[in-house]
Amino acid sequence: MILNQFLLLAAILFCIGVYGVLARRNGIMVLMSVEIILNSVNINLVAFGAFRDHVAGEVFALFVIAVAAAEVGIGLAIVLLIYRNRRSIDLTEADLLKG
Amino acid sequence: MGLLAAPASLVAAAAEPVAHGPSSVDSAGFFLDYAWLIPLLPALSFAGILLFGKRMKGKGSALGIAAVGGSLFLALGAAVTWIGHRDDSHEGVQAVHRTVGWLRSGGIEYDAGILLDGLSVMMLVVVTAVSFLVHVYSTDYVAGDVRYTHFFAFLSLFTAAMLFFVLSDNLLQMIVGWELVGVCSFVLIGHWWEDQANSDAALKAFFTNRVGDVGLLVGVSVLFFAAGGTFDTLTISERINAGEVSHAALVAASLCLLAAVMSKSGQFVLHTWLPDAMAGPTPVSALIHAATMVVAGIFMVARLYPVFWEGMSIAGSSINVLALVGAVTLLFGGLLAFTQNDIKKVLAYSTVSQLGYMVMALGVGAWTAAMFHLFTHAFFKACLFLGSGSVSHAVHSFDMKADMGGLRKVMPHTYRTFVVATIALMGLPPLAGFWSKDEILVGTGGWGLLGGTHGNGSYTLMLAMGMLGAAVTAAYMTRVVYLTFFGTYRGHGHPHESGPRILGPLYVLAFFAVVAGLFNMPKGFQLWPEAWQERFGHYVEPVAGYFPAIGHAKPSWSLAVASTLVALGGAALAWRYYFRRVEGRSTASGRSFTEVPDGPVSRGGLPRAVHTTLANKYYFDHLYTGVIVKAVKGPLAKATYWSNQRVIDGVVNEAGRRSVAAGRAVYDHIDQGLIDNVIVDGSGRASDASGEGLRTMQTGKVQQYAAILFAAATVLAGIFILVLSL
Repeated sequence: MILNQFLLLAAILFCIGVYGVLARRNGIMVLMSVEIILNSVNINLVAFGAFRDHVAGEVFALFVIAVAAAEVGIGLAIVLLIYRNRRSIDLTEADLLKG
Repeated sequence: MGLLAAPASLVAAAAEPVAHGPSSVDSAGFFLDYAWLIPLLPALSFAGILLFGKRMKGKGSALGIAAVGGSLFLALGAAVTWIGHRDDSHEGVQAVHRTVGWLRSGGIEYDAGILLDGLSVMMLVVVTAVSFLVHVYSTDYVAGDVRYTHFFAFLSLFTAAMLFFVLSDNLLQMIVGWELVGVCSFVLIGHWWEDQANSDAALKAFFTNRVGDVGLLVGVSVLFFAAGGTFDTLTISERINAGEVSHAALVAASLCLLAAVMSKSGQFVLHTWLPDAMAGPTPVSALIHAATMVVAGIFMVARLYPVFWEGMSIAGSSINVLALVGAVTLLFGGLLAFTQNDIKKVLAYSTVSQLGYMVMALGVGAWTAAMFHLFTHAFFKACLFLGSGSVSHAVHSFDMKADMGGLRKVMPHTYRTFVVATIALMGLPPLAGFWSKDEILVGTGGWGLLGGTHGNGSYTLMLAMGMLGAAVTAAYMTRVVYLTFFGTYRGHGHPHESGPRILGPLYVLAFFAVVAGLFNMPKGFQLWPEAWQERFGHYVEPVAGYFPAIGHAKPSWSLAVASTLVALGGAALAWRYYFRRVEGRSTASGRSFTEVPDGPVSRGGLPRAVHTTLANKYYFDHLYTGVIVKAVKGPLAKATYWSNQRVIDGVVNEAGRRSVAAGRAVYDHIDQGLIDNVIVDGSGRASDASGEGLRTMQTGKVQQYAAILFAAATVLAGIFILVLSL
């Protein structure tokens, strides 16, 4: 089994996700980018699990998926509230914490 | 207290010798072994009523009555057991003595314990019986009072304190009981403290007693050292009787203790607090005057009788301080009762006078007579006080002249019991007072007619004053009865007879006022079975090493007849004045008089002067407050003020000025210069500047934060890899 391809794919997905989080102004797009980051990590976990012939990798991946589902639920709720208050989901406008 | 009996039985099991003979180890029966329960019950009820009384049914009075009733039962049990105990032992009977270690200090062990002999058993019965009746009476008398629960709590404590005092086996315990009784009387006399006069009376009672307490403390200390370092009354008494204690020390100790007796038992010249103590509720007066408080002094003399016997040289003498104090008190206290219009104050002076009889009896060596008089007096004086309470309950006043008169028709029950108790107090046969008073007069040994009475000496002066006192007593009691129950009603409103909870105790006490004398019929009295003569003396008087060998006077028919005639004469004089002349004038004029308008007093001259002196109570109160207190208070206060201003204030002011100067220097240099400028302001400025610099980082943009986060994570990951690859 060739591990490198999987790791390479995961690294590319991770970078795409980080780019999305840092560059997109749309809150939903940021959330989707976070999902891409998480899934790149999942690929890594499953790949290492298969490589070591150990079930722990898949188990961790399942945990990450479950936590990600919860995280998306909360994240979408936050985005919805921001939209209701500001009629916009542009994250650059949500800067109340400015010092 | 609760463990007294257990150590005693342990001692018995180990068969160790105990100081006071075999009887202190053998069981003396439940009631004597567990006599410590008698004061414990009211003490517990005090705590119970104080803590939970307001929530109880009956507001705590039920608990108080139950506890004192239990004590009364135990006391009667103890009395029955003691009688059996006395009958079983033919040669002298040892006291029942139970101790438990209390504390150890300076190599001396202090015990706490109970001492039961005829004297303490008799006192237990009297105290619990009177207290029980007073409790029952109070449920009606103080009903609806603001501090009803509080009143019952302290009634319980008062009883407990007196019982504790009576049972104590050593001088330290006696002091504790003595002071407890004093505190309780202070609280109860000042029960209605909202009125300034009442709280003044309470303070007066307390302070006057403090004067005597000094004597008590000094006397006890002298006894402690003179008797070889022990507080145990039995040991002290035995050593004195064995002649091991120096006479000079006993003279000093007995004089000091006499001061304590004078204050506690209202003897001349420290009697002034007792009439003022009438400010308390009437049931309290009854309790103070009949069973607790004032008899504490008499009891102490009786308990420590060897001290007085030796110290005052009672045997074979014809005068001593103790007998003189008693004789003066009984006569001059009785005279004061004539000018009082407050019915309770008359009774208070009557108590002063009767206590004088007891002290005089102790002074002349008639120990049993004194105790017997204490016993009978408790019943009829309690009856008189409760009767006066019943009257005042009806007319809402204590003033005989202004608010009473003619009450015999509306209050027949109160009238009957009051008159019975009055006759007992006058000392007319065959009621209780006659037998005990007669025994005291016999005991003086001053009667020379038809063979004499062979007392412990020939106290002729005491006999004469006692006789005069009997006449005075009979006269002032006739006056009280006339002013209260005869003539026409002078008050306002409609008096009514009191309820059963007031009349019940009155009848019980009146019954005992009639029969109590039968307990101690004189020896050789032909009209009474011989086996029943002198029972009281037989069971109460100790026959053991701790009691001096006192002589017993021979009863005399001629003296009995003479004293009865004297008392009748006093009563007849007063009767002639009030029932004949005053009554006659009243009917003639249609108005109710209390004195004859042109009587000897209003005519001036000597009678007028005597009356004024008596009305001013021999000017003792003026002497104390006007002369002594003022003389001490004025200069003392002035000196104190001067030293306060000059010495103490001077020091304080100088210290203040110095510290102000020091403070100013510190403020200018250290506080302002160093702390404020450098530390406080400096740190503020530094954080201000750093904050200004840092705030530019806080843009509020989430993505910028995320970028920083990732950058940092990248840097950390780089370092991580670098470290791993090295």
